[in-house]
Amino acid sequence: MAAKTLIIDGKQVSAENHTTILQAATDNGIAIPTLCHLEGVYDVGACRLCIVEVKGTAKLLPACTTRIYEGMEVTTDSERLRKYRRMTLELLFAERNHICAVCVANGHCELQALAYGLGMDHVRYDYCNPAWAVDASHRFMGMDHNRCILCTRCVRVCWHIEGAGTKNVAGRGTKSRIISDLNEPWGDSTTCTSCGKCVLACPTGALFHKGDTAGESVRDRSKLGFIVNAREKQQWTV
Amino acid sequence: MTLNDLQQTKDAELAARKRIVLRCCLAASCSSSGSKGVKERLEKAVSEAGLQGEVEVRGVGCMKLCCEGPLVAADPANTLYVKVTPDNAAAIIAALRGGKCTLPQADPGSPFFALQEAIVLANCGVIDPERIEAYIAADGYLALHEVLAEMAPKEVVDAIVKSGLRGRGGAGFPTGLKWGTVAKSPGAKKYIICNADEGDPGAFMDRSVLESDPHLVLEGMAIAAYAVGADQGFIYVRAEYPLAISRLQNAIRQAKRVGLLGSGIFESPFNFNVDIRIGAGAFVCGEETALMASVEGKRGTPRPRPPFPAERGLWDCPTLINNVETFANVAPILRRGADWFAGIGTEKSKGTKVFALAGKIRNTGLIEVPMGTPLRRIVEQMGGGAPAGGAIKAVQTGGPSGGCIPAPHLDTPVDYESLTKLGSIMGSGGMIVMDETTRMVDVARFFMEFCMDESCGKCIPCRAGTVQMHQLLEKILARRATARDLAKLEELCDMVRNTSLCGLGQTAPNPVLSTLRFFRNEYEELLQPELHAAPPLTAKA
Repeated sequence: MAAKTLIIDGKQVSAENHTTILQAATDNGIAIPTLCHLEGVYDVGACRLCIVEVKGTAKLLPACTTRIYEGMEVTTDSERLRKYRRMTLELLFAERNHICAVCVANGHCELQALAYGLGMDHVRYDYCNPAWAVDASHRFMGMDHNRCILCTRCVRVCWHIEGAGTKNVAGRGTKSRIISDLNEPWGDSTTCTSCGKCVLACPTGALFHKGDTAGESVRDRSKLGFIVNAREKQQWTV
Repeated sequence: MTLNDLQQTKDAELAARKRIVLRCCLAASCSSSGSKGVKERLEKAVSEAGLQGEVEVRGVGCMKLCCEGPLVAADPANTLYVKVTPDNAAAIIAALRGGKCTLPQADPGSPFFALQEAIVLANCGVIDPERIEAYIAADGYLALHEVLAEMAPKEVVDAIVKSGLRGRGGAGFPTGLKWGTVAKSPGAKKYIICNADEGDPGAFMDRSVLESDPHLVLEGMAIAAYAVGADQGFIYVRAEYPLAISRLQNAIRQAKRVGLLGSGIFESPFNFNVDIRIGAGAFVCGEETALMASVEGKRGTPRPRPPFPAERGLWDCPTLINNVETFANVAPILRRGADWFAGIGTEKSKGTKVFALAGKIRNTGLIEVPMGTPLRRIVEQMGGGAPAGGAIKAVQTGGPSGGCIPAPHLDTPVDYESLTKLGSIMGSGGMIVMDETTRMVDVARFFMEFCMDESCGKCIPCRAGTVQMHQLLEKILARRATARDLAKLEELCDMVRNTSLCGLGQTAPNPVLSTLRFFRNEYEELLQPELHAAPPLTAKA
């Protein structure tokens, strides 16, 4: 396959024809922030965090879906891009509930990591505080719509890796939400194979394994009594 | 069907024409104010007077002066009755016999009609849209015959290029260039799509064309299909247009029956079929990539371009997608020549443009004017200015993607470049007039709410940004906002415009930006003083 040479952030790099800017940058050790991108499924260009400047084009282009060409000059980091990316994150944090301290994903959340990385230390917009439900009807997994950023990674892995086609998007605008089958409780889904790939794909705490949430981490004090009882009374049954 | 058959149909239709024709508007606007009943009573009155041999009562499409409907026109006297009720039928018949008539009439020589130049609307309100014979009698399908019999596909594309026609959906992309790209795209299967998902508030041009002259659009699509090498077309029309849908269905059925659609059209090897796809009410489906996803049966959300539909569109095949009015210009261009068309309009904007006049204006309705017509002529002369003698404050064009043009700029010629320079766009043709009672912040809030509700939710700037911009506008209107909020609003406008995925988000800030540009004082008057001083930008040493 033919190779193309291009310049990313002043660095001359080469990449195979038909690769995306994101791929070419990643291969050459240049990090571009992403959120809806997920290795293994196709890209949708929805989160707009990977937007880059391309010389000769007035528009900002998403790195994940824009193909490289010979002689392309790409800027992945500038004051303007950083500002837009920070604002995008601010908009997300204001849209639903993204209070890290009480989230299952705290500490291993891509949204949180991006906010740290881009220096988004406060949100200047009014919080919308919508009242979204939590779907805990599935035996092993749960969906907290309050944490969802609608990146549609779960939908894409469900359709294109697992092939189950359970997850979908319903509604529009800020009222969009991820649904199971034809908007049924996840636990009632007849197509879900309980493979758990959606949880693996989720960048935030919207999809989680049951038992992972703070509220579920109950301490079993009876174990202590069992041990003390066994030691003192030599009784090994409860 | 052969050329001879076409001629015979035309001759028979003309021979059967009666001396007097009463044209009764049955388009959506007039029929919603009772024109069907008017037509029935007229027919009854004609037969009671024993005039069946002399008078034809014809149901027609839009007669343009919608605010005065139901409309009835009497030919050849060229009388236009307005606000006709079924009870007026007898008086109209009496007037035909030379009786004195006191019914309210509009003057067909008034500027509203006299300053129009009809290309797209030539048959609109004249022929019966439910009969293909009526369209054929108006030289319909002649252009398609000429194209198939005498022109190579490349020549058709060249003719469109030469005419200078640009997309009438709003962005004004050169139509011939688009056709040429699709024609050159490799692929055995290609598609044609007619975008009839007209959704701008206050816009009803495409609906009127489809309701009044559906065959004109079908003929344009067939010519386009021949030019680019497609054999299947789709018309994507919104479900809110039931009359347009039924007239299209009827027109497709008729055209198929006489062999003007289907296989071997005009005994040539050219095949072309058209199907209708009905939109479920999402504004974003007017965006071409979202529209195609919807035709494919998927959720109607846009995708990044490139690849453009011309390379990879419907089911990844090269696809030509044009607006209703663009297709409606095609047959007239080929029938009368590219030079004729290029002679109308301005240097860069050729031909005419149909506008739907609405809002605070005396004559609301449909107009078609040459490109380059000054806005003032449209709203003041043709539209009759603001009702009750008020002064026009601004004209909004381009719907939620457009902007407001203030009264001092009314001498601007209507063409793509001039309107863009003023921060608005040509758009699809909605023109909403505002008078002194309109608050511009309200207008901006209205359109932002529209965009917020219609955002598909795919990309973050449009989905969440429109919500925040709407909240800030609400805050300003509630007199709770400060200068800092206004700065925040402007910053968001810039961000949403530059980072959104599709045209909906990229243009959603336009109504705010254009009202800020010309009516900034209206925003500032609503601002409150800051309660707290701004925090220092840098920490004190």
